[in-house]
Amino acid sequence: MIKKSQNTIRNKLPAVTAVALLLIIWQLICLLGLVPQYMLPSPVDVIKAFISDRELLFKNSLITLQEAFAGLALGVSIGFFAAVLMDRYEIFYKAFYPVMVITQTVPTVAIAPLLVLWFGYEMLPKIILIILSTFFPVAVGLLDGFRSADKDAIGLLRSMGASNSQIFRYIKFPSALPQLFSALRITVAYSIVGAVISEWLGGFGGLGVYMTRVKKAFAFDKMFAVIFLISAISLLLMALVNLAEKKFMPYRKLNKK
Amino acid sequence: MIMEKLEIKGVSKSFDGKKIIDDISLSLGQGEIVSLLGVSGGGKTTLFNIISGLTQPDCGKVYLNGEDITGTSGKISYMMQKDLLLPYRTVIDNVALPLLLKGEKKKPAREKASLLFGDFGLEGTQKKYPAQLSGGMKQRAALLRTYLFSKDVALLDEPFSALDTLTKASVHRWYLDVMEKIKLSTFFITHDIDEAILLSDRIYLLSGTPGRITDEIIIEQPRPRPDDFNLTEEFLGYKKRILNSL
Repeated sequence: MIKKSQNTIRNKLPAVTAVALLLIIWQLICLLGLVPQYMLPSPVDVIKAFISDRELLFKNSLITLQEAFAGLALGVSIGFFAAVLMDRYEIFYKAFYPVMVITQTVPTVAIAPLLVLWFGYEMLPKIILIILSTFFPVAVGLLDGFRSADKDAIGLLRSMGASNSQIFRYIKFPSALPQLFSALRITVAYSIVGAVISEWLGGFGGLGVYMTRVKKAFAFDKMFAVIFLISAISLLLMALVNLAEKKFMPYRKLNKK
Repeated sequence: MIMEKLEIKGVSKSFDGKKIIDDISLSLGQGEIVSLLGVSGGGKTTLFNIISGLTQPDCGKVYLNGEDITGTSGKISYMMQKDLLLPYRTVIDNVALPLLLKGEKKKPAREKASLLFGDFGLEGTQKKYPAQLSGGMKQRAALLRTYLFSKDVALLDEPFSALDTLTKASVHRWYLDVMEKIKLSTFFITHDIDEAILLSDRIYLLSGTPGRITDEIIIEQPRPRPDDFNLTEEFLGYKKRILNSL
């Protein structure tokens, strides 16, 4: 156990050092006055802004997280069903796969204002935008995973008289878990970014709304504070996905050896 | 007339206009181990896919205990060339899978499977993942899974071909040992002449294109066989006959 934690520390050390170095350089640039303070606040200023605005940031984070989770839950579910249908019925694959790809070529920022016009300033347009940007990675990842399932293993189960749903449950779904988790890692980050972008374009609360307000006030320190907060939330969510992956796929470590 | 466990009558199959096997008739008695010996790519696996119901024959019938089961899967247990243990399930959950497929609940299925771990020499592997087992142990687990599906008739498609020679020798001994205990009527495919003579009561030779049964050899030596059976004159006699036939 001790050895394992020592290894983790050794693995993370380069990254931690690099981040610390960047922060020190940034602080030095500000201290030496190379860039005017109103344009680039120092890390210390950012931390101060964060602390003074913590209640507001917390309240707005909750709103953004609510939108993100609602959108994510729906997006992942829709992606899941799309993948199952496309895997099961070739006709669905032929009909909807191209449509799905086209939806991904439309820039999120371009449709967000339309969604606001159609659905107003409440949560709905935000959730729709998140669904649009999250269902695709999940659907494509899962479909890939279902198709990567071992054909012989499926044949074996068929020889045992397994039904389609049993084959799905015992072979296809578990075979697609690695792809599902990869997709989830991407989509949790997308969901937060999607929520923030749609809040920019109109809304009553959330980190995106907070961002537009502090931008209009030229409060650069608060701007940075909220940017870091958004990154931190995304990282935290990704870590949660990693944790879930370890919990649900304890065999993964063994098979890599 | 004694009723055979399994009977195959006049089975033929073509793929893309090319005949793979032609007019094959075989039988398997209660508790018998019969092997199907032939070169690789000679249609042995096609024949097994037909017997197990995965493939429909062009003509001919398959009978299990006198009942026509042609083209029906889920009646006979089938162990394929690869062990096909699912890497994401523990050994016990892999082995218990056929019971789960039949609708049993997880707990009783595990308990039932667990009872046989001893007989199959798999003690202590229940909670391990397949990646943690040696090649020989994986085959044992795969055979146990096959057995749990049906205690009636099993088809084994080159079950030991992926193992190295030394492991193979010990697995053969283990296999005959287990078969004494469970008395499973077994049909198995091999391209290893020694293995066929060592393990079976009867050998069918499949050769030519399309594949036909060209000879049937009865191994008189009763089971359990002495350890040095493969060094006897008798053994060599069988081997010579098979080599001449092929």
